[in-house]
Amino acid sequence: MEYGTLDALVSTTTLGAARKGFRGTVVSVLPIEGVGRLPADEMERRLVEMGFIEGAEIEIIHEGPIRRDPIAVRVGSATVALRRRDALAILAE
Amino acid sequence: MPDTMPTGGDRTARVALIGAPNSGKTSLFNALTGSNQRVGNYSGVTVERKEGTATTPGGHRLSIIDLPGTHSLRARSPDEEVTRDIVLGAYPDVPATDLLLVVADATHLRPGLRLAQELKRVGIPVLLVVNMIDIAAARGIEIDLDRMSAELGLPVVASTAVRKAGMAALHARLDRMLDEGLAPRGALEWTHPTATDLRAALREADRVIAASVRLPAAPRTATSVIDTVVLHPVAGPIILLGLMFAMFQAVFAGAAPIMDLIAAGFESLAAVVEATLPAGLLRSLLVEGALAGVGAVMIFLPQIVILFLFILLLEDLGYMARAAFLMDNLMGHAGLHGRAFIPLLSSFACAIPGIMAARVIDDRRDRLVTILIAPLMTCSARIPVYTLLIGAFIPARDVIGGIGLQGLVMFGLFAAGVVSALTVALAVRLVFRRHEIPAPLMLDLPDYKLPRLSGVLLGLWQRAWTFLRRAGTIIFAASVVIWVLSSFPLPPEGATGPAIDYSFAAAIGHLVEPLLRPLGFNWEIAVALVAGLAAREVTVAGLATVYAVSSPGAAALGTALAAEWSLATALALLAWFIFAPQCLSTLVVIRRETGRARWMWVTVVYMFTLAWLAAFATYRIATLLGG
Repeated sequence: MEYGTLDALVSTTTLGAARKGFRGTVVSVLPIEGVGRLPADEMERRLVEMGFIEGAEIEIIHEGPIRRDPIAVRVGSATVALRRRDALAILAE
Repeated sequence: MPDTMPTGGDRTARVALIGAPNSGKTSLFNALTGSNQRVGNYSGVTVERKEGTATTPGGHRLSIIDLPGTHSLRARSPDEEVTRDIVLGAYPDVPATDLLLVVADATHLRPGLRLAQELKRVGIPVLLVVNMIDIAAARGIEIDLDRMSAELGLPVVASTAVRKAGMAALHARLDRMLDEGLAPRGALEWTHPTATDLRAALREADRVIAASVRLPAAPRTATSVIDTVVLHPVAGPIILLGLMFAMFQAVFAGAAPIMDLIAAGFESLAAVVEATLPAGLLRSLLVEGALAGVGAVMIFLPQIVILFLFILLLEDLGYMARAAFLMDNLMGHAGLHGRAFIPLLSSFACAIPGIMAARVIDDRRDRLVTILIAPLMTCSARIPVYTLLIGAFIPARDVIGGIGLQGLVMFGLFAAGVVSALTVALAVRLVFRRHEIPAPLMLDLPDYKLPRLSGVLLGLWQRAWTFLRRAGTIIFAASVVIWVLSSFPLPPEGATGPAIDYSFAAAIGHLVEPLLRPLGFNWEIAVALVAGLAAREVTVAGLATVYAVSSPGAAALGTALAAEWSLATALALLAWFIFAPQCLSTLVVIRRETGRARWMWVTVVYMFTLAWLAAFATYRIATLLGG
């Protein structure tokens, strides 16, 4: 975590709970150990590799047909499909 | 170009192409080598090792290897391990690389630039190729290559791999680099990047992009317009279902005229042989063995070509990743990964490419489950058996409003394959993986691209050729073996029953029959099933030979079967074929892809068990109902 200070965490939403049309900036990428199958640091690396870093502009552009899951997120010039469960690790404002 | 070659310049330079999935790496490989492999659009389609050679306009010889797409040298899947090992020079049978061509998508530069920085630390000279520059230009993206090169500290060149003229700059740059002589391999400074390293690299990539690229103000591309419909929560699944329906409709209705033509061709060939050769063993071998056996299978070529045409087009278009997106939640309930949709859909054509495509699933256990259920999807080799039995036993009448009963049964068999595959996956999840957390889905949704005709045709030709080769080798050999087994020993003088009753085939059939009798199978079926262990479609050839039907058309064999079997037997045999793992090549591939013989045996045992139980239940119920 580079600059996800506690102040910033107050006014944030997790991407996992955000709805279609949500636009924001990534505040922190912080998977919690035990939430996903992968170790938290590996999950963090993968999210970073897909372009989710602090300060990145993101937008949810599509939701899956069942239970609005997964979501398609525009990040930079890429579109990435994520399950909501995994997107919980991304805090945005 | 200077006349003098640098020392060692006449040596073939070993070049490795590396890039993120969907960066156009494979088209660049084709453009460089002219070998024209298939270009896919789904993340990670390059799962096999591809090598080619090329000579630059300046006369330098290159040996080029196309590495599987990767975001990083951190290997997460078997594919990416190959890439890492080749780049680090640790791969046993690939010589060390002299030059890395890092391919970046000009419309989506970030992953390519990040990868290029990581590769700077490997100690091999790097040339960054900004590919698809034409698409970027059309979208109003302006890239200052000199500035990018200065910021990155790497040589940078632009290319448009799908056009000949688009390669000139790359060729010129390669010639210049090779004329000057490549730097020798430096020290390996690459280490496993931490999340902090990755962040820093990504920020550095963003800095380079900010310095050298000007983006247009409002980038609303065709892709986002199409996706509002294709990924719509209601319209999306309807389009997906419609596409699947159109695919099966084309496979069964569209292929029929060509199939009739092929059947007629084989019949006239058989007639020619019968007219020229005297009656006897040789004529019998040619007509009843070879022509009947191979012909019975060859007529399914059109169906296989049409099925693959759909799959290749959807893959190249970029639709497959969307299908995975739409199906992910449903598949997740069965304990499967969204990415498993592509391997499973390919398995409708053939389980072998399906099992190999499962390499795109990076989680080991998810991949294993996908591999184990892939053979349950109704592959094209089952189509001959289904078509034969449905044609012989299911009346061709309309149920309601123009929907034929035969088509409905065929659809039911396909559905049974899908349902059983999902059920097995669910059972595995409930029994063995109850407390597992699902692996993450991270799927790149690439921009749509128009499929290139040459690439699709080449892919189709490769599939058709594989099938023809099988028909010419395995199926031909199996047909001849079955003919020999069912013709010898010759019946004794004065024998009354049909000749086959005295043959080896009859002996084998009688030996296996007790196992299959509860299913309503007779010894003739047992013979055909034993022969069909090599490949499902051989069963049809086997039945043709065993029932001494010389005409290769499915109709004649169907008439013979309808006279010999009860409806219950036929239905039980259909149920058997939904599950039975009658394909040696698939089993061999399972063993190879999982690395363990154990999983092959697991597949054999579970599938035969299901086949036996399903056939038993079908036979008993059908008999009770008066079949």
